[in-house]
Amino acid sequence: MTDFPPPLGLILEVTHRCPLQCPYCSNPLELERANAELTTADWLHVLDQAAEIGVLQVHFTGGEPLSRRDIVELVAHAGGRGLYTNIITSGVTLDDKMMANLMRAGVDHIQLSFQDVDAAENDFFGGSPGAFAKKRAAAERIRGAGLPLTLNFVVHRGNADRVTRMIAMAEELQAERTEIAHVQYYGWGLRNRNALLPTRAQLESSTAAVEAARLRLSGRMVIDYVVPDYHAARPKACMGGWARRFINISPSGHAMPCHAAETLPGFTFPSVRQMSLAEIWHNSEAFLRFRGTAWMPEPCASCDRREIDWGGCRCQAFALLGDLNATDPACELSPHHHVMHEALAESEASAGTYVFRRMAKLEA
Amino acid sequence: MSPAPRLSPGHKLRFDQVRQAWVLLGPERLFMPDEPAVEILKLVDGERTTHAIAENLAARFDAPLETIQGDVDTMLAELAARGAIKL
Repeated sequence: MTDFPPPLGLILEVTHRCPLQCPYCSNPLELERANAELTTADWLHVLDQAAEIGVLQVHFTGGEPLSRRDIVELVAHAGGRGLYTNIITSGVTLDDKMMANLMRAGVDHIQLSFQDVDAAENDFFGGSPGAFAKKRAAAERIRGAGLPLTLNFVVHRGNADRVTRMIAMAEELQAERTEIAHVQYYGWGLRNRNALLPTRAQLESSTAAVEAARLRLSGRMVIDYVVPDYHAARPKACMGGWARRFINISPSGHAMPCHAAETLPGFTFPSVRQMSLAEIWHNSEAFLRFRGTAWMPEPCASCDRREIDWGGCRCQAFALLGDLNATDPACELSPHHHVMHEALAESEASAGTYVFRRMAKLEA
Repeated sequence: MSPAPRLSPGHKLRFDQVRQAWVLLGPERLFMPDEPAVEILKLVDGERTTHAIAENLAARFDAPLETIQGDVDTMLAELAARGAIKL
């Protein structure tokens, strides 16, 4: 299997620490602590290997990647190895000094997340008073530094009716690119699914808002749109297929095909402290397990879309069906597709209170 | 005068030694241009007009200017619509 094409992207969850507490966070419920995180030297070694095996882009994420004291050094090192560097940040700590340091480090792109276009809702959702104003200031710093700006809005029941305003704000801030991304239901998002799932009417109106804006802004702003699986007829090609494009590394150095994979039972994800990236990509059991189509059950195995959606998402199959080998129930061909409808019905009947993301209390 | 295209902010054309291929990298996206597209993209510098790019390629590849101009305009318009090129 060593002739498999090299990975395109490396996703580095450099820390799980974050100043925000969004209830849709895709991090695991059990967050890793600072003392478990890889050292600077570990990350530098990962970046060297990534460049050698053909990774093209590195996405620094978290948690909040700017919480790592060595983030500027890591970005500079990646750029020096020819890797395209992208930082995915909440922006609340992106002050003038950090911006200047990142520019000196040669950062290529920054994606800035907003929780809402409404300031009060934004600050409530992130659990951080004043966050909205800091994010607006960060957007202006990014533009002022001459970098392209991507805004990311995570969409759910509480804000899905404001998609048109979100795009208008992105236009006002001169974003080149906007992500209107419905919550994906993993980690804290799955924990809060009843409060977050949009209704079908909300999904349809947000889709219409995106389509109208795409026409109006063609050639000026790219709008990427991510829909929730729960109203879908076919599953998403999660991560472009298991271990086909990306290597995701957790704060403590576990390499996985996606950030949620540690929820899957029966896996030992290789540590970058013990195994090379090349070995992980080409030979590790965890990466080979669901790569390609040989593992597929019916109805995937004989489906003409098997190399389009790659069977959907393994984590979703396990989370919703308890079977990581099953067809993603987001597919209407799955015999278990009804669980999606049941989740929607349960959600619509629920009161919708959120559990905010936080580290578990240390045991006394 | 025809426009002088440039790469959009945050986009980089570079040769990848591992794949032995040119890649166009941008914000959370990448393109693997085919050989004709690579020859066009190498001439995109914000100064050459689309006409100058076509003339350059027509001369070097000994091909009819009109055909090349059509290919250049189509390819660049497509990348512009996808946000990778500013015309």
